[in-house]
Amino acid sequence: MSAVFVWIDQFKGKALNASWEALAVGRTVANAWGVPLTAVVFGQGIENVVTLSFHYGADKVVKCEDATLADYRLEPYAALLGKVVGDAKAVIGGGSTRGRELIAAVSADLNGALLSDVTELSADGGKLNATRPVFAGKVLSTVAPSGDGSVFITTRSRAFAPLTPDASRAGEVESVAPVLSEGQISTKIEGFEETKGTVNLSDAAIIISGGRGVGSPEGFAPVRELADVLGGAVGASRAAVDAGWIPYPHQVGQTGKVVSPNLYVAAGLSGSIQHQAGMRTSKVIVAINKDPDAPIFKLAQYGIVGDLFKELPAIAAVFREKLGK
Amino acid sequence: MNIVVFTKSTPDTAAKVEVDGGGKVTWGNAQLVLNPWDEYSVTESVLLKDAHKVNTTAFAIGDEIHNDALKQALAIGMDNAIRIWDAGMSGQDSLGFAKSAAAAVKKLGDVGLVIFGKEFVDVGTDAQVYQLARLLGCTAIGAVSKIVAVDFNAKTIKVERMVEEGKQTLTAPLPAVISVLKDINEPKSPSFIGIRKASKAVIPVWSSADLGLGEAASGAAAKVSTVAYRNLPVRAGQVEIIEGGSERERAEKLVNKLLEEKVI
Ligand SMILES: Cc1cc2nc3c(=O)[nH]c(=O)nc-3n(C[C@H](O)[C@H](O)[C@H](O)COP(=O)(O)OP(=O)(O)OC[C@H]3O[C@@H](n4cnc5c(N)ncnc54)[C@H](O)[C@@H]3O)c2cc1C
Ligand SMILES: Nc1ncnc2c1ncn2[C@@H]1O[C@H](COP(=O)(O)O)[C@@H](O)[C@H]1O
Repeated sequence: MSAVFVWIDQFKGKALNASWEALAVGRTVANAWGVPLTAVVFGQGIENVVTLSFHYGADKVVKCEDATLADYRLEPYAALLGKVVGDAKAVIGGGSTRGRELIAAVSADLNGALLSDVTELSADGGKLNATRPVFAGKVLSTVAPSGDGSVFITTRSRAFAPLTPDASRAGEVESVAPVLSEGQISTKIEGFEETKGTVNLSDAAIIISGGRGVGSPEGFAPVRELADVLGGAVGASRAAVDAGWIPYPHQVGQTGKVVSPNLYVAAGLSGSIQHQAGMRTSKVIVAINKDPDAPIFKLAQYGIVGDLFKELPAIAAVFREKLGK
Repeated sequence: MNIVVFTKSTPDTAAKVEVDGGGKVTWGNAQLVLNPWDEYSVTESVLLKDAHKVNTTAFAIGDEIHNDALKQALAIGMDNAIRIWDAGMSGQDSLGFAKSAAAAVKKLGDVGLVIFGKEFVDVGTDAQVYQLARLLGCTAIGAVSKIVAVDFNAKTIKVERMVEEGKQTLTAPLPAVISVLKDINEPKSPSFIGIRKASKAVIPVWSSADLGLGEAASGAAAKVSTVAYRNLPVRAGQVEIIEGGSERERAEKLVNKLLEEKVI
């Protein structure tokens, strides 16, 4: 029986955490089926990612180091991944922008079953059963592949925990050649503008969000201050984004990012149903709001009824003392 | 040259969506609306139509409830709307959806650009964007935040797209299948004339036979089946309101609790 493959998404030689989460899911499936787990790494300057793939659970790595793959593009990546996995039993990717599109594309190329954006997976008795949120996370569905063709899976960011890395693990590395030459690739990357200094929301373990209550672009200062002290990311409600106080990539909710941090602090936002759709699976939710009847208090584990401009700086100060920062 | 948008009706975003005793997904008597992400794809197609001499067609795959979304697309300014459906398509998976979509794009012919919203909120996926592009053998570009330039004669497109680490600028040949983010435009509202046109429109339906699809995109051929729907687990416990005489006192209590919970 062939292997379970996990595609490792990396950017400039650093793997996304979502990839190690996917590798943990791959381990579960490979164990249930009694087959090896192969990590697939494409790019340039990927030696460290290859090494870490073993630490995070892979038995084998297939790699392709080539200039055409230095920056991710769907065309060359899909052509090569399709060739590498062949008639694999399962191909898994993490829930990044790139992972979601690459795995879906290859599932079509190879006419396989696609379970996308999975938040739970069981492989009991070798049979796959996955949970995926539908209707903007208001309802859950259980889906299963029918038939016994290849199964393609993408996991939702932070829904699964990576394995604890084991630095003693190593294994066989197979190098493969790219399928498409630069002349055969029609998509060209003309430029890239890196978002600096902010933690990626979908990957963040701690998120501090502000809503209409922050009142202005400057009003995000106490939100940002607490995020900085805790090494977290800054989120926002749509009301704050629509007001132009903070750019759209910070929006959490049904028409923004779906997040699942360990700690979500909601300050000056009411907790509309659309906002909840993006953050309700957070582990611990703290609400800070002047209005004791705000719906966010129904979802929160801890609440402070008060003014965010007084409460947030006080919380940041106490954390700074306790964490020695 | 045609621009195509795939859309569908979804319950209003404020609706309480639940699974009833019979295991069916319900949304009470909440209104059906255009899939919220599709406000941007429909608007973008109308903006492109106004700037270039192209024809715009909205497709929905699904039963009659999706006429609502198609009429909304017409009201906002798209030229044509066509629904794709027959009973055998019920239960199709995302690849079945993409196969139906690919057949519809080919039947329409001369398509330069297919635009999707970021995802369909009902099925909760953007998979069909990429699956469709691969089936058509054309470029796929997801998460587009800006169309910098498009030339339907030279068949090229230049876009900005958002990835986790920042903003990428790409050029690619047409035809292309793209998905667009909220940043791309300010959604247009239906116009008076548009609403009148939409209310009179009779939406044609293409069946899988019309598309020459055979069994390929049917529910019976689906490679993924939905076993069951269930409601979200209820979040345990009630909120604990942190009381205290000053913000300092409340902050200390809260921080201690969070450190005890080991979420930091
Ligand atoms: C199609 C559609 C999609 C949507 N998608 C999203 C989405 O993805 N994400 C999203 O967030 N919303 C979304 N919305 C909007 C949503 O319905 C709400 O309008 C929005 O979430 C409200 O934002 P808010 O909570 O910041 O504002 P409000 O509801 O106005 O709440 C502000 C809160 O701040 C409190 N407050 C004010 N001042 C202070 C202070 N000094 N200290 C403490 N508290 C204070 C107030 O008591 C109030 O509770 C969507 C809506 C639609 C129709
Ligand atoms: N992945 C998908 N993408 C888009 N539409 C889908 C997808 N899966 C199912 N559908 C459509 O969603 C509707 C309801 O599907 P169901 O889950 O069977 O109730 C039908 O119109 C299907 O054609």
